[in-house]
Amino acid sequence: MNRASLFIPLGIFCLIMFVGYVGFSLGDRKQLPSALLGKPFPQFEAPLLYNPQQKVSNTDLLGHPTLVNVWATWCPTCKAEHAELLSIAASTDVRLVGVNYKDSIPKALRWLADYGDPYDLVLVDANGALGVELGVYGAPETFLLDAEGNIVYKRVGDVNPRIWRDELAPRLAQMGVYRTPEPETEPASVGSVSMREAHSR
Amino acid sequence: MIAEFGQVGLALAGCLALAAAIIGLMPRRMTLAGASQGAVSMVVGQFVFITVSFAALVWCFVTDDFSVAYVANHSNSLLPMQYKVSAVWGGHEGSFLLWILIMCAWMLVLALRGKNYPEGFFTRVLGCMSLLNLGFICFAFFTSNPFERLIPMTPADGSDLNPLLQDFGLIVHPPLLYMGYVGLAVPFAFAVAALMENRVDAAWARWSRPWTNFAWAFLTLGIALGSWWAYYELGWGGWWFWDPVENASFMPWLAATALIHSLAVTEKRGTFKSWTLLLAIAGFSLSLLGAFIVRSGVLTSVHAFAVDPQRGMYILIFLAVVVGGSLTLYGLRAAGQRAYVGFSLMSREFFMLVNNVILVVSLAAVMWGTLSPIGYEALTGDRISIGVPFFNTFFVPLMLLLALAVVMVPVLNWKRTPLQKLKSTFVQALPVAFVLGGIWWFVTEPKYVSVLAALVLALWIVATHARDIWLRSRKSRGLPLAYWGMTTAHLGFAMSIIGIAITATQSIEEDVRMAPQDVSMLGTAEVRFLGVRTVDGPNYQAEQGVFVVTQADGGSFELRPEKRRYLAGGNVMTEAGIQAGFFADTYVSLGEPLDGGAWAVRLHYKPLVRWVWLGALLMAFGGGLAVMDKRYRRLTERRTATVAGAQSAA
Repeated sequence: MNRASLFIPLGIFCLIMFVGYVGFSLGDRKQLPSALLGKPFPQFEAPLLYNPQQKVSNTDLLGHPTLVNVWATWCPTCKAEHAELLSIAASTDVRLVGVNYKDSIPKALRWLADYGDPYDLVLVDANGALGVELGVYGAPETFLLDAEGNIVYKRVGDVNPRIWRDELAPRLAQMGVYRTPEPETEPASVGSVSMREAHSR
Repeated sequence: MIAEFGQVGLALAGCLALAAAIIGLMPRRMTLAGASQGAVSMVVGQFVFITVSFAALVWCFVTDDFSVAYVANHSNSLLPMQYKVSAVWGGHEGSFLLWILIMCAWMLVLALRGKNYPEGFFTRVLGCMSLLNLGFICFAFFTSNPFERLIPMTPADGSDLNPLLQDFGLIVHPPLLYMGYVGLAVPFAFAVAALMENRVDAAWARWSRPWTNFAWAFLTLGIALGSWWAYYELGWGGWWFWDPVENASFMPWLAATALIHSLAVTEKRGTFKSWTLLLAIAGFSLSLLGAFIVRSGVLTSVHAFAVDPQRGMYILIFLAVVVGGSLTLYGLRAAGQRAYVGFSLMSREFFMLVNNVILVVSLAAVMWGTLSPIGYEALTGDRISIGVPFFNTFFVPLMLLLALAVVMVPVLNWKRTPLQKLKSTFVQALPVAFVLGGIWWFVTEPKYVSVLAALVLALWIVATHARDIWLRSRKSRGLPLAYWGMTTAHLGFAMSIIGIAITATQSIEEDVRMAPQDVSMLGTAEVRFLGVRTVDGPNYQAEQGVFVVTQADGGSFELRPEKRRYLAGGNVMTEAGIQAGFFADTYVSLGEPLDGGAWAVRLHYKPLVRWVWLGALLMAFGGGLAVMDKRYRRLTERRTATVAGAQSAA
């Protein structure tokens, strides 16, 4: 036994840390390496919230980039992300589809009446069957579909300003349904105008 | 407003921790006069501010302040009051605040007992613990702040506490477990301080021992409670699943168990020093590793908290700094600690070594089983899981070997044991164990050789310890508490072995379809299903099945398993009906409703399952008894005596 052997524990620890680090950096786990990523949106048929007689299927999601947001009234995080969804609806041309997940219809209607309705279509998934197809394990979850109906991005958890800025906005811009605001098109406040003038001088 | 007080309390505690860490860990030649008193008052300050912070969070829960995001996600206005309080530690952020509170409590107790230790050493210990606490507080403050607000979108009501956690077991399980986890920081800090001060000696081992025993006892209780909770709440009838989170608590337990024994050798014989240091570092490091596993989402588990990569990265870096730093210190400083004390094969030292090797190999096996899926995923991209068979194949033989080592304890002397002394246990205790084991072999079906081996070994432990108690108490009146503590813990170990061996192999499990008035046989007992009725709880509606169990001896009792639907989240939970007994449990849980008013029903008969936990309780009790021993208390008296002597001399 010499002095060097006293560093064996440190070596073992470094090895464990390395494995931990690699395992950990395998990916942002909220942006799950979902089996669905790159695959077509699963086949489904679900009634509309506002008109339960009318059924919608996955062919109705083709032809235009679509953001599918799984939400429920029992989910406070959904409430937290609601403002972000409203602003996405206002500032982009993406088709926003809500899936009301394991919820009661009257409560869902009251929620949309109270807080505003960002969605172009709201589907009802009362028993969670579509949720199973999508591998949903909690609300909210958000899927971005391209015009061909393939899932290009999945988010587990709330869509917050950071997710919007870093994940969604660039993808939507690439799909051509969102224009990154030019400084000129912003409602210019007095302060920012003078700043820009100062800059150009 | 109250939540902001909590926030400020957390920040102030962090500042004090930083100051105490600087004072405590400053190089010796720069140490200021009064550093020790300064560190003590800063430790008291950390405790006070964290208490304020924790109380603020409790207040937010009790008053249903759903503008606080953490409250909105883990509580609901319908939740009964006791669960509103326990919901404080029902999620990641709050449970981490509890962790910090417990850390501060340990530091406070340590600070109050400061007179027992030399001043320089003691200041180092407080500095080291404050540094750890600073890391915890920063983690809470920057990545998992429980006081974050949901403004302006304040929900009208919260999303409810996970119904799995609405239970007495959860109220007490995390605090006990954290007492154990965080308690291991004390021997860790003692080891670091001893390395820094270059005083790895018998006195250091004696100071560490009560703290280690205490933390270990809490860890034992916490693990046992978790196992008991899983048994009656998850509805599967199992009590240990080799789940990554369970393993995360079991790994530090194994290390701490080895540490307790190794410390004994270091104190009594002055050997195993560097090994003891290493175990002290490993115990707390494994607690941190457990926190990383549970809170980073690197492994999926039933217990997993909300996943956030930022948190995982923070813990990983913290782990690298703390463990990497302490192991580097160990590598640089432990070299001087080599002691050459001879001992023969038939000595306590040798069997302690055997015990340590077995425990460390078990630890390595659990760690391999827990971490290798990550490595595998890193290499191949596929997810695998190492199942129960892997752990069982390793564990059963290892624990049997460990039992064999425990058997020898009462008859072994330090240094060397005359063979004459060993004869007694083979001649007197072993035959008793064999006879009782043999009786079991002939009366039960099915028979397993491994169960027989476990029973004989466990009974042998009991017999040889009982014999030893009898012999010793004849020789001297008033055996030391440390002796009673050790013996109790060893008997608890034997009790757990018997419980595990019997319940794993002799349980009866029936999955049946039962319509009202149907009768099923469970072993020799008759189970009659009377039907299902609807019952309202405070925040749930339940369908309650009523079963009457009539035993072979004519005794009968009623069991009422429930299927609860929680109003806030719509979650459905199974609540098993259990008739608990010292010798056997009868366990009924409701499955799914089938057509024609029938239900899928799961019936279990579990002999001696309570012994698993009672054994663990005995072990923890033994650990506690040993802490109460006079020799640790005398430390204070001796010191006051010398101080008084010095004063009178002056």
